[in-house]
Amino acid sequence: MSADSVKRAHSTPDEPMPFAELGMKQDEYDRVKEILGRRPTGSELAIYSVMWSEHCSYKSSKVHLRQFATKAPKSEALLVGMGENAGVVDIGDGWAATFKIESHNHPSYVEPHQGAATGVGGIVRDIMSMGARPIAVMDALRFGAADAPDTRRVLPGVVEGISHYGNCLGLPNIGGEVVFDPCYIGNPLVNALCVGLLRKDQIKLATAPGPGNKVVLFGASTGPDGIGGASVLASATFEDESHAKRPAVQVGDPFMEKLLIECCLELYAADVVVGIQDLGAAGVSCATTELAAKGTGGMNVDLNLVPLRDPSLRPEEILMSESQERMMAVVRPEDIPAFMAICEKWDVPATVIGEVTDTGRLVMTWDGEVIVDIPPGTAADEGPVYERPYQEPAGQAALNADTPDRLERPADLRATLLRLLGSPNLAGKEWVTSQYDRYVRSNTVLAQPADAGMLRISEVMAPVRRSSAGESEANEGRSGRTHEHAEPTTRGIALATDGNGRYAKLDPYAGAQLALAEAYRNVAVTGAKPLAVTNCLNFGSPEDPEVMWQFAEATRGLADACRTLGVPVTGGNVSFYNQTGSAAIHPTPVVGVLGVIDDVARRVPSGFTGEGLRVALLGDTREEFGGSEWAHVVHGHLGGLPPQADLAAEQALATVLVEAARHGLLEGSHDLSDGGLAIALAEACLARGVGATVTLNDDPFIGLFSESAARALVTVRPEAFEDFAALCAEHEVPCYGLGVTGGDALVVEGVLEVPVSELRETHTGTLPALFG
Amino acid sequence: MSAARVGVVTFPGTLDDQDAAKAVHLVGAQAVPLWHADHDLKGVDAVFLPGGFSYGDYLRCGAISRFAPLMDELIPAARAGLPVLGTCNGFQILCEAHLLPGALTRNASLHYVCRDQPLRVEQNATAWTSAFGQGQEIVLPIKHGEGRYVASADTIAELEATGRVALRYVGNPNGSTNDIAGITNEAGNVVGIMPHPEHAVEELVGAPSTDGLGFFTSILKKLVNA
Repeated sequence: MSADSVKRAHSTPDEPMPFAELGMKQDEYDRVKEILGRRPTGSELAIYSVMWSEHCSYKSSKVHLRQFATKAPKSEALLVGMGENAGVVDIGDGWAATFKIESHNHPSYVEPHQGAATGVGGIVRDIMSMGARPIAVMDALRFGAADAPDTRRVLPGVVEGISHYGNCLGLPNIGGEVVFDPCYIGNPLVNALCVGLLRKDQIKLATAPGPGNKVVLFGASTGPDGIGGASVLASATFEDESHAKRPAVQVGDPFMEKLLIECCLELYAADVVVGIQDLGAAGVSCATTELAAKGTGGMNVDLNLVPLRDPSLRPEEILMSESQERMMAVVRPEDIPAFMAICEKWDVPATVIGEVTDTGRLVMTWDGEVIVDIPPGTAADEGPVYERPYQEPAGQAALNADTPDRLERPADLRATLLRLLGSPNLAGKEWVTSQYDRYVRSNTVLAQPADAGMLRISEVMAPVRRSSAGESEANEGRSGRTHEHAEPTTRGIALATDGNGRYAKLDPYAGAQLALAEAYRNVAVTGAKPLAVTNCLNFGSPEDPEVMWQFAEATRGLADACRTLGVPVTGGNVSFYNQTGSAAIHPTPVVGVLGVIDDVARRVPSGFTGEGLRVALLGDTREEFGGSEWAHVVHGHLGGLPPQADLAAEQALATVLVEAARHGLLEGSHDLSDGGLAIALAEACLARGVGATVTLNDDPFIGLFSESAARALVTVRPEAFEDFAALCAEHEVPCYGLGVTGGDALVVEGVLEVPVSELRETHTGTLPALFG
Repeated sequence: MSAARVGVVTFPGTLDDQDAAKAVHLVGAQAVPLWHADHDLKGVDAVFLPGGFSYGDYLRCGAISRFAPLMDELIPAARAGLPVLGTCNGFQILCEAHLLPGALTRNASLHYVCRDQPLRVEQNATAWTSAFGQGQEIVLPIKHGEGRYVASADTIAELEATGRVALRYVGNPNGSTNDIAGITNEAGNVVGIMPHPEHAVEELVGAPSTDGLGFFTSILKKLVNA
């Protein structure tokens, strides 16, 4: 059967096309016809339908995301901003870091293991395509209620998928989050972050310049998996028959991805890559249109040359397939032999499927007939843009008026502490994190449960140039590389992700700012200076004006806060349609912050490291219980307003923490967030089994459980305390001496006393009891 | 004299090779990269088989690796006395290659586990454990999904009777028979262990322990004295 060709499209102008089935609206289809001056062929429709899907085109979010650029703070560190596969920041000494967070929410609900695994795979390829060696991953996860039957299906599968895929790649998993809330039942959030390292002068971009250059598809062969994934799975609300969509979830092969990583790094080192793009959502459609649009403008592709796992695939299916572990490179003709030799060394199949042209057209053939002939930019960059209507939710005022003031305060604060500490959101996450390799590559300075993950920058981690490329070098073991451009450095990077859906539900503007503030603070407590931001914006349906209001408020809040804190957004991802029927998830902006520490030996651990240290609380505590863990766990209440986001206070606090770490004034430093001071104290005791005795002057309930932002719990050697207090005073950061570390219990004078062993039992028992 | 040369083997899916090379450098020896597809041991004085997933391990861990060209050279050399340490996937490969008895199967928990594991050195008369005291307790990270050591009752009895259990878990993490974490061949030159000494050699990174250094200083001492 021959494919629908351009010639045929001309001769059958009125043939009805299944655009609606592919998720395309009538006006969008009309625009395609207008662009082409005829009806699209089946293959062209496939390309436009996936490229213009919400997932690929950001058509509902674009008008709001622009603020991240227009409001971006000036940053000398930013090397590559939004719009590429991932942002790149200068981290000093000639090194650059690239990082990004991306969602794989819907596939992880349908098939938790493969959905989560391929989420890791996709973000790792984004990082690779920037020219970097991926050096770590982390995962921000949200599930339904911990004891819900479906959570027992979804969570173990997701964790196993991340564990299997990430561990096989040899990437340390250094942090992330696990949060439970009934609003995520049926819509779990799996947000995967990857960070990569490269030399500043080695950045690769997704571009196809130079007519005559070859287009090479390499990695796994193309199969029927994930077809329609972008348009059907990620861009439509789940209805009851969602299990029927199972074939749309991709299946991952981490071993092939590991080969691809090493193969790409060697290709970069040999300098045989002009442009490169990973194949993720929308597969070959996305890679060819984006590469061509950003290059000389044209490309010819013979689709018959795409290696297939299933020979019965039609060209439309080849174009839409989301088979994993594939990359597309643009290579000078004279470099093809060296390129192929390196691929062969790593057993990575590679095929020339086309070449770059200067025609301004993306032309594809099948069995000798032209089946695609389009201006690539119209698919890649000129998709529809919607100004979706938005309005404040009908119940928002009532929600904000229902403050936690009416909730009964506890009489027994000891019992309250233990109840919170053992609650699924605050309990130890070792059941999850012990399934991840946090040590591989031997550069992990801090990993979970630290406030932020931290990596040493080591000169053997990044790809390096070679003097020349050739078969003899390609046959060397990979440890045999030279490192001519690498300089020794003491630097490290720190990364944290945070997000609080309850805060964002109460006030999406403040909630997004609080997510940023917490990630920023989590980086600062380790001694690293926050530098740049990535975000994953998880929301319900953009077609619901109330959801759209949440989205508009959250993006506005985040963009404003990034400007105030001086940290630019470098990239990220939007995930809409996280809802079942009319019930959307809490708006959940997850924010990742990357920071730099000049000398990793100065990193600050989060817990109490020894006896006799002064314990101090930095920042002011107000009575703030809206959206708090206490209200959630004890009363099942969500109402009022979230804690105040005081960005000036956050900035001053971060300055003090980073300065103090640099001068060696801190023995420990821990962020205060969910559960307030009580939980921070308990976690600090649990880190090394060292207790503490503290005194609170005001209302102990507020002091222990309020969730005021811009606070940290620090420990200081007694002889350094005066200097530290002076530093705080200089930056106008309130510093309250609470007490001293030591003993084997957490003692709050006159209020409560809990042996560390009891804290541990309470903290560690919850997840194993739930998940086995 | 020139530095001792320790080969570090890289299969396509090997993960801990650079970590092992760093540890070798740290004790002052030279790490020599060995490529799985080469019939060449490059004249090294000892070999470290690191962890990872060698060829993806979709079949059985290490089952394909034993047929690698490099293994054609390594197996006879090990039988002839070349010191070889296999960690994690390296241990699995040594078992598949019949340089060590028994097999590593799925953890009893059915979960991959990464944790800092207390261990006891049960045999310090091997090429790789001589720096430790007999019975010394150490902490090394483990990170594996298939680390449950099993063997026939006769083999276990023989290993125990002849002092060939090199390392034992203190608190069994995976259901291994007799808490066995590592074993040695009769000659003491080939040792396989599930834990990762290469991740416990620096204060700053990896596990909160530097007990892994002993494996590298042991082999260095042996090579220098040889």
